[in-house]
Amino acid sequence: MSQDLPACHSAAETPSDTMAAFTAGLWKQNPVFVMVLGMCPTLAITNSVRNAIAMGLATTFVMASANGFISLIRKLVPKQVRIATYILMIATSVTIVDYLVKAISIPVYKALGAFIPLIVSNCLTLERAESYAGKNPIGKSILDGLGMGLGFTFALTCLGTVREVLGAGTFLGFPLFGPNFEPWVLFLLPPGGFISLAMWLLTFTLWRERAEKRKRAREAAQAVPVEAAS
Amino acid sequence: MNESLSHIFVDALLINNFVLCVFLGMCSFIGLSGKFSTAWRMGVSVMFVIIVSSILAYGTNLILVRFHAEYLRIITYIVIIASTVQLTEMFIKKNSPSLFRAMGVYLPLITTNCAVLAVPLFQTSRNYSFVQSVVFAIAASGGYTMAIVILSLVRERVELSDVPSLAKGTALTLVLAAILSMAFMGFGGMGNGG
Repeated sequence: MSQDLPACHSAAETPSDTMAAFTAGLWKQNPVFVMVLGMCPTLAITNSVRNAIAMGLATTFVMASANGFISLIRKLVPKQVRIATYILMIATSVTIVDYLVKAISIPVYKALGAFIPLIVSNCLTLERAESYAGKNPIGKSILDGLGMGLGFTFALTCLGTVREVLGAGTFLGFPLFGPNFEPWVLFLLPPGGFISLAMWLLTFTLWRERAEKRKRAREAAQAVPVEAAS
Repeated sequence: MNESLSHIFVDALLINNFVLCVFLGMCSFIGLSGKFSTAWRMGVSVMFVIIVSSILAYGTNLILVRFHAEYLRIITYIVIIASTVQLTEMFIKKNSPSLFRAMGVYLPLITTNCAVLAVPLFQTSRNYSFVQSVVFAIAASGGYTMAIVILSLVRERVELSDVPSLAKGTALTLVLAAILSMAFMGFGGMGNGG
């Protein structure tokens, strides 16, 4: 979405087979930890695990259905108005989800508040529409939406776990520690969201760098005998 | 409904600052705060779009309520925002090509800035009157501009210092934002007077 985040655009390299379309979002191109997209709900809704999962599932549904719609009509839409069309498709899916969540559970609806309608302007949904669903057949697009959505849910749950365990001493509402536990309330407040996301990002960067270094070392070890033989 | 204008203004600008306390408009807040010059341009264009789309959304909502079509709200609001962005782009292009060259890249990004969509949604759900809506839009967008400008100034200074290569980029920006956000928590006590 911006120039400072080249990672988002490298996501356009499309996985060739169907299974890869699904798994890419879960880990390799995880929307939050790798592409750093969809920050608003990631930070705002993760003060408890339950809300994080609900938000993640709502986003998953929106992404799968919007990707499906968009992929269906991708050949009919002129290039100049495609962004506006994508946004209309996404807004329609979001309206459906808004009413669905309200029908399923009022407490969850109240906890998520304005962030359900705001899925429309989640840069993640538009990015997937633009770089994947607009170019691929319907089945793969839906799978991509599902994978990305589940990856997003996974990331929100990671963040929600840290914040709920440290900030309230509970997990999914069950108390984890004894009555003497002094909750670290800061983690439920906005600064806690920023800090815990920063820590998760650092962890993931460290992880990736280590894996790359190991891969390079392995490649170097394999390359040496080949050179020696020639 | 009966909130005083000054309370709405201070609340949206400082106490519930859109970026640092409610987490709206994060993508552009993190992505475009690298340089002061881009940050304030983005801030001003977001301000303009928020205020115009808030006024238009107020009028449209009256029509929607009149015809009992509230379920169309999200779709209409996003269309209003997208067309406001488009109009702004055309207007700037016609009147000041140099400004357009400087700002052109950021304008389309405003459509997916959730702060822009949140203002009309909040003003509707809080039943603000027309004047209240306008004040709310000015304060909320002012809060966004203030936050992104402050962060860009801090980041320009941090550029000069020696940071471990691992932490460079988004993670460092998030830590800076956390510190700013802690500072803004100090305004929380002001909320009781309204």
